Amino acid sequence: MSCSDYTNYSEGEPIADTRAPDGPLETRWERRRFAARLVNPANRRKLTVIVVGTGLAGGSAAATLGELGYNVLSFCYQDSPRRAHSIAAQGGINAAKNYAGDGDSVHRLFHDTVKGGDFRSRESNVHRLAQVSTQIIDQCVAQGVPFAREYGGLLDTRSFGGAQVSRTFYARGQTGQQLLLGAYQALSRQIHAGTVRMHPRTEMLDLVVDDGRARGVVVRDLVSGEVSTHLADAVVLATGGYGNVFHLSTNAKGCNTTAIWRAHKKGALFANPCYTQIHPTCIPVSGEHQSKLTLMSESLRNDGRVWVPERAGDPRAPRDIPEQERDYYLERLYPGFGNLVPRDIASRAAKTVCDAGRGVGPGGLGVYLDFAEAIERLGRDTVSARYGNLFEMYQRITDEDPYEVPMRIYPAVHYTMGGLWVDYDLRSTIPGLFVIGEANFSDHGANRLGASALMQGLADGYFVLPAVIGDYLADGPFGPVPPTAVEDAEDEVRQGIAALLAVDGDRTAESFHRELGRLMWELCGMERSEEGLRKALEQIPQLRGEFWRRVKVTGAGGQLNQELEKAGRVADFLELAELMCLDALHRTESCGGHFRVESQTAEGDARRDDDAFSYVAAWEHTGGAPVLHREHLEFTAVRPSVRSYK
Amino acid sequence: MRYTLRVWRQRGPEESGGLVDYDVDGISPDMSFLEMLDVLNERLVLDGEEPVAFDHDCREGICGMCGLMIDGVAHGPERATTTCQLHMRHFDPAEPIVVEPWRAAPFPVVRDLMVDRSALDRIVEAGGYISAPAGAAPDAHAVPIPKADADAAFTAAACIGCGACVAACPNGSPMLFTAAKATHLGLLPQGQPERLSRAEDMLTAQDDLGFGGCTQTGECTLVCPKGIPLETIATLNHDVLTAALRGR
Amino acid sequence: MAVSGAILFLYVVAHMVGNLKAFAGAGALDDYGVFLREFLSPVLGYGGFLWVVRVVLLLAVVLHMVAAVQLARRARKARPVSYAHRPKVQGSYAARTMRWGGVIIALFVVYHLLDLTAGVLNPNGVEGAIHANVVADFQRWYVVLAYTLAVVALGFHLRHGLFSALRSLGVASARRAAAVRGTALGVAVVITVGFLVVPFGVLFGIVR
Repeated sequence: MSCSDYTNYSEGEPIADTRAPDGPLETRWERRRFAARLVNPANRRKLTVIVVGTGLAGGSAAATLGELGYNVLSFCYQDSPRRAHSIAAQGGINAAKNYAGDGDSVHRLFHDTVKGGDFRSRESNVHRLAQVSTQIIDQCVAQGVPFAREYGGLLDTRSFGGAQVSRTFYARGQTGQQLLLGAYQALSRQIHAGTVRMHPRTEMLDLVVDDGRARGVVVRDLVSGEVSTHLADAVVLATGGYGNVFHLSTNAKGCNTTAIWRAHKKGALFANPCYTQIHPTCIPVSGEHQSKLTLMSESLRNDGRVWVPERAGDPRAPRDIPEQERDYYLERLYPGFGNLVPRDIASRAAKTVCDAGRGVGPGGLGVYLDFAEAIERLGRDTVSARYGNLFEMYQRITDEDPYEVPMRIYPAVHYTMGGLWVDYDLRSTIPGLFVIGEANFSDHGANRLGASALMQGLADGYFVLPAVIGDYLADGPFGPVPPTAVEDAEDEVRQGIAALLAVDGDRTAESFHRELGRLMWELCGMERSEEGLRKALEQIPQLRGEFWRRVKVTGAGGQLNQELEKAGRVADFLELAELMCLDALHRTESCGGHFRVESQTAEGDARRDDDAFSYVAAWEHTGGAPVLHREHLEFTAVRPSVRSYK
Repeated sequence: MRYTLRVWRQRGPEESGGLVDYDVDGISPDMSFLEMLDVLNERLVLDGEEPVAFDHDCREGICGMCGLMIDGVAHGPERATTTCQLHMRHFDPAEPIVVEPWRAAPFPVVRDLMVDRSALDRIVEAGGYISAPAGAAPDAHAVPIPKADADAAFTAAACIGCGACVAACPNGSPMLFTAAKATHLGLLPQGQPERLSRAEDMLTAQDDLGFGGCTQTGECTLVCPKGIPLETIATLNHDVLTAALRGR
Repeated sequence: MAVSGAILFLYVVAHMVGNLKAFAGAGALDDYGVFLREFLSPVLGYGGFLWVVRVVLLLAVVLHMVAAVQLARRARKARPVSYAHRPKVQGSYAARTMRWGGVIIALFVVYHLLDLTAGVLNPNGVEGAIHANVVADFQRWYVVLAYTLAVVALGFHLRHGLFSALRSLGVASARRAAAVRGTALGVAVVITVGFLVVPFGVLFGIVR
C-alpha cells in the first residue's frame, strides 16, 4: 500500500551488539549464560511466550520452553507443525564432534563458518554456534533421530560442500525431515503435557507492540478466516527465510516474509536483506507453469562433471557432442577445486556460460551434469548406490534417465542469509521480540556453508534462546495490554484484508508474484549491477501500484480463502523486494551471495571491500526513505582474507 | 493438452458436496498434478469463481501436506509418489480424471479437497516420542546402535504423515502411520524405556479418535509414498500384546 | 479375531487329518468316529469329548463373527462418505474377500453339519456309517462342486487369516516377513488340497 522512496536512504546511529560479553571468545557463551538472570520455576508458568513457526528453530524452541515450564503458544500456517519447510533439507547437519578424528574442532568449525560467510558475520555468535553444535547431535540422538551409522554402530559423517573435514551428520538424503520430526515429537510431548498450546493453520499478520514491548500477535485462522489476538510476555519469530520473493525457489509454496516484514514495519531493524544464497544444482525450469524448483543434493558434484557445448546454440544431443567440443568450464576455470567450488562460484559460472548463449535445455537455462565418466570409472552399481534416489527423483520430474543422458541443472534461490537484526541474546530491536533460525540474520554472514542451516536452527531453538530468554522474562509478567492497543492492531489487519478484497481487479496474485520473481531474479539475483538495481527500484513500486489497482481476490475474509492468503504474502514481498534492492545497491562491494559486477577482479572473481563494508546493514522502516544503521564488525580470532578456489 | 476433471467441491465440513466437471486446457506433460490444478485455479479466479481449495506446500514430496484421491487411488496411479510429484504425462487426456479428498470420519473435509488430519497429530501426542529434555543428553557415541537397527528405524521413520494409508484402507485405519512411529522409536535403544506404553497409548488414541480397525489388507503400504512396510504393523502389535500380557 | 481364528484353524487341521482316514478303507473312518466318541469317555462319558469340542468351536465361531461384525461396523463408521470413484482395492484377492468369504464358509458349515453330522441332507444318512455317507455324497458331482467351492473359499480365508493373525499376534517381524507370507500360503494350499482329495477320491472311484 505504502509507496515509499526507496532509491534513497539516510544514515542513522550505528548500533552495537551490547549483550555479548567481552574478553576471550572461548568463554563468552559460558559467561553470558552465567550472567543471564534465571526465572524461578514457580514463576515460569505465569509467563507466556508466543513462538511463531514450527520448523527446526521454532519447533525446538517451543518444546524446550514448554519443558522449562513456560506457558507457550505455538503457531504455524501448515495443518501440522510437522510440515514446516525445514523438513525438506537434504544434506546434513554440521557439528564439531571430530568423531572422524580428522582434526576438526570447535575452533575450526568457527573459523570455516566465518570464512565461508565471507567475513560478514559476527564472531561471537558464530563461535557460540560452533560450541553448541556438539550438544545438538547428542540431543538428537537421545530423542531417536536415526542418523546414518557405520557397521560398528557409531555415527557416520561425511565431508560436505567442499569442507576439508568430515563433520556432517546425515540421515540418508532426509536429514531435515528426521531432525524436524525429532523436534515435532518433543513438541507433541509438550502439547500432550499441556505446556504448549498449538495453533496450526493460523497465520501471523501483525505484531502487537505496547509500551515499547512486543506483547503479542494478531493472527488469522486460515480455516474460519477469523482475526484474533494472542497476548504474551515475549514473542519469538521463527518464520524462516524470504527466498520466495523470487517466486521460483526451493522454498515451500507457503514460505513467506509476512511475519518478519510486519515486525520490521513495527520497528524491528532488517539486516542485510540482499544476502541471498543461490544453490547451483537444481532441476531447471521446464515452462511457464513452473510452481517451484527442486534441489538436487550438492553431493552430486562429487562425481558428476559440469559442462556446456563449446559452441553457442549447438543443437546436437549431448551424447553426439565429441569430447573436444565440450567445455568443462569449472575444471577449466578452477583447476584446484574443479566441480567442487563453493555454491556461489558454481552458480555464477553457470549463469555466465548461459548468458553467453551456451546453456542447454528449454530456454537455454541449464548446464549438463554428466555421470558418464563416473559410471565408466566406478560402475553403474556404485553410482546407483551413491545417487540412486536422486537419479530417480530427477527422472520422475524430467522423464529423462540420468544414467543415459546427462542431467541438466541450473542455479536456484535456496536460502536467505539476511533477516531481522538480533543481538547476542537473539533480541531484535523491539524489546521482547526474539528472532531465531533463518528469520534472523545472525550467523552466516554473506554466505551460508552447506549443512549449517539445520545446525543454526536447532542451536537457537534447543540451547541459545532457552538459556537467554529468562534474562528478559525475569522482569515479567508484564502488565495487561490496554484493549485499545489490541483493537488498533486488529483493525489494521482487518483493513489490510478488506483492502485486498476491495480491489477486485483482473489479475491473479500469482501473476504478480511471477512477475516480481522474474524481475528480482533478473536484476537482484546472481549478479547485481547499479544500473539493474536502479531499474528494479523503479519497476517494483510500479508493479506494487499495479498490484493494488488490479489484483483479483475471490471469496471473502471470513472463510477459508487461499487466494487471500497468497495475495497478502505477495503484497509483503512487493515491499520487501524494494528494501533488498536498496541494500544491494548501497553495498557496492561483492561478498558471498552478493555479487556486484562493478566489484570484481580481472579474472571475474568477487572483490570484497573490507575498509568500506565491514559492517552489518540494519535498516529501519520509516514509511519513507529507510534509515541505515551500521553494526561494525570486528575480527579478532580470524583475519579477513581473500577467498580463493583457483 | 486438454483434460476433463471431475473435482469434489464442498464449501465446508457441514455442507454437502458433489463432483463438478471442469475442462482445463494448455496442460503440458511436464506439469505436476498440482500445477495442473494451479492452471485451473488461476482461470477460475479470473472468471470470478472461487478456486478449488487443496493442501500443498513443499511440492517436493517430503512435507506430507498434499494428498488427493485420484481416480480412486490415493496419490494417483504412480507407486511411491506423492501427488505433488505426480506428472501429467501419466494421464490420458481422453479419460476424465476424478479428484476427491481423503475420506475418513476422523478426517473431516475442511473445504473442497482439503481435509483436517489433526487426528494424526493426536496419535503422536499420545506417546509417539522419546522423553529427552534438551541439555540432558549423554554423548551421542555413548550407545552404539547396530547399523541394521538404525537403517530399519530410518525406513519406518521416513513416514511423511500424509494420511494416504487411512484414505486407502477399506477400514479407514491409520495403523501403518501409528506402526511406523512405534517401529522407528521401538527399534532404537533410546526408545526402549517407553516402548510398550508408547505402543499401547498410541493405539488407544487411534481407536478413540474413531478410526477403523486394521485387518491387514495391505492397501496402505501400496499407496504409501515412502513405502513403509506392512511388517511395521506386526512390530506394533507385538509391543501392544506384550504390554497387555505384562498387565500394564 | 486372531485368537478365535487360531482355535478354528487348529480344528480345521485336525479335521483334515481325520478325513484322510477315508483312504485307509471303510473301517478306518468309522473306527475313527467311534474313537472320537470314546475319547476320554471315563471322564466325559460316551461322546462327551465331541460335545466339549463342539461347545468350544461354537464359542470360537461366535466370537470370530462378532469380531468380524465389529470391525465391519467400525470400518463403516470410519468412512461415512464413500468414494464416488473407487476401483477395486489393489491388495491381495484373499484380503479383500475376507468378509464375503467368511459368510460363504458359514453357510457351507450349516449345510455340512446337516449333511454329514445330522445326516438330514445326506443321500445315505445312516448315523455312524461315516464312510458310506461320505461315499454316497461325493458320487454326485454337484455335491463335490459345492464342497470344492467352499474349500477353496476356506483356503483363501486361511491364507489371509493366517498371515494377518501372525501379524496381529506380533509374530511377524520385518525380518521374517517373507517367511510369514510363504508359510501362510503354503499352509492354506496344503489344507485346501487335503480337504479336496477325499471328495475327488470318491468321485474318481479311488475311495469306495
